[in-house]
Amino acid sequence: MDLSFCEPLQSEDESFNVSESTHDGAIAVSPRPGSDEGLSPAELAAKYGLSQSGARPSLGGYVKQLWGRRHFILTFSRAKLHAQYSQAKLGQLWQVMTPLLNAGVYFLIFGLILKAGRGMDIRDYIPFLIIGVFVFTFTQSSALAGVRAISGNLGLVRALHFPRASLPISFSLQQLQQLLYSMVIVFVFVLSFGNWPRWSWLLIIPVLVLQFVFNTGLALILARMGSKTPDLAQLMPFVLRTWMYASGVLFSIPLMLQDRDVPTWIVDVLQWNPAAIYMDLIRCALIDGYSTENLPPLVWPAAIGWALLMAAVGFVYFWKAEERYGRG
Amino acid sequence: MAVAERTEADSNPADSPNAPSAATGGIPTVIADEVHIVYRVYGGTKGKGSATAALNRIVRRGKAGRAVREVHAVRGVSFTAYRGEAIGLIGSNGSGKSTLLRAIAGLLPPERGTVYTDGQPSLLGVNAALMNDLTGERNVVLGGLAMGMSRDQVQERYQHIVDFSGINEKGDFITLPMRTYSSGMAARLRFSIAAAKDHDVLMIDEALATGDKKFQKRSEARIRELRKEAGTVFLVSHNNKSIRDTCERVLWLEHGELRMDGPTADVLKEYEKFTGK
Repeated sequence: MDLSFCEPLQSEDESFNVSESTHDGAIAVSPRPGSDEGLSPAELAAKYGLSQSGARPSLGGYVKQLWGRRHFILTFSRAKLHAQYSQAKLGQLWQVMTPLLNAGVYFLIFGLILKAGRGMDIRDYIPFLIIGVFVFTFTQSSALAGVRAISGNLGLVRALHFPRASLPISFSLQQLQQLLYSMVIVFVFVLSFGNWPRWSWLLIIPVLVLQFVFNTGLALILARMGSKTPDLAQLMPFVLRTWMYASGVLFSIPLMLQDRDVPTWIVDVLQWNPAAIYMDLIRCALIDGYSTENLPPLVWPAAIGWALLMAAVGFVYFWKAEERYGRG
Repeated sequence: MAVAERTEADSNPADSPNAPSAATGGIPTVIADEVHIVYRVYGGTKGKGSATAALNRIVRRGKAGRAVREVHAVRGVSFTAYRGEAIGLIGSNGSGKSTLLRAIAGLLPPERGTVYTDGQPSLLGVNAALMNDLTGERNVVLGGLAMGMSRDQVQERYQHIVDFSGINEKGDFITLPMRTYSSGMAARLRFSIAAAKDHDVLMIDEALATGDKKFQKRSEARIRELRKEAGTVFLVSHNNKSIRDTCERVLWLEHGELRMDGPTADVLKEYEKFTGK
């Protein structure tokens, strides 16, 4: 092998060509019988069963690869979560403090100053507000992390080989774990405003699972868009804030719109939006005074439908560009 | 094309009895076919980078004037690597060596052309997956998983990785966050994690020059070991000595073009003439 020699490709250097030709003269140039001479690279690759590097796997194969990376996905999400507050003196306590302070700010502005409760009992409004803020934050931060999942981790994408969907999924998982910390605060508030544990509390588990599935689909879509157009990361906070105000995070949509001259279809659209559905389902499950009358009809099929639709569309959409992440 | 033009010198096998399988109809492990790689850089336009300048460009030239610059990093490189070869990549800074390696690994999609590989080539390097705020301990696990090791494999090799890195030689440092490590310590841990995995086609990007003398010896030994296990090894280095020691074939890249491909001695001689050494 040490004598094998290859012609240079586009050599422009004159002196180099000279030395090259003398070299050619020095070695025996005779094609081997039965050799691979004359085969095109593609034919040669086919002959020895080489596969195209960086080609996109089939959808089924992709799912299998992702499943094989499940430990990485989980460990990566935990590591990200842990690294977040590792420089703070209070450390992991901030996992709970941050949502608590957030809830405090919203309560001060919307509960006390703007009185967005609209006659809702304050004992119901505070848990209502806190659940709204936390549950929406779950979707919001998954979306934000999703936009940057690829574009913010190009180093990782360009250095190591793994199914790229690991990243957006991992970031959604990180947000799910973050939400579980926030739920501790939610339970404290719900209990302290006189809502005792009921069987309906268990309903929050399927709701959060569905919301997680929805968020992951959303993160996958945004990850692909964000990898092509990094500017999206600048735009997303505004889109998400609009979505937040339109989803009844801080007020009850029917209560807010009931006395106004608003066509009912607007109320319907606002209530059927996935963020509002997941939020209201959790409120109904946890708050005694917030009955199922506040929910639109067919709320469960809608919650399941949104989750499955988003996950399926997001996964396929992300997979379609698998081989192109990391370029640019 | 390089493959078609490949001229075999070993028509007389007696000349090179130990020549790898290329002589007996070599088994290719990596085939690069006219690979072009283009980076697109946003905000890298010539002239002022201010907001008004950006706005001006958008207004004046519309969509065509977007602040994108294309960097043609690899231009039509073709070669075939065979099983058992250790191939060095040389060339001045910015000649496209690392980029080419990433394309072989399938990490950077080629603009045009195709790379065919046997199995999954992997870059020796795990830096990007590690997090400075985490302890060395967690980084070993995270890095191992990121490279595609199973959880059991990571557990099994954990102690070996820590011992190899020598991080704990001066006290219990592995339980401290990586940001507290000296740059040498961090480099040693990174190399130890990266080198813990077995690879089919292994690509090493100037990883040899980390740590102190003692660790360098240890890592060179590990690389030789990895070479034995791997089918084909690619080594990017500016150190001609380490290329000479490890590789029998060298690809010389200049301005993204394959300038020369041949036995180490010949290519290095030309390269040294070119760099004026």
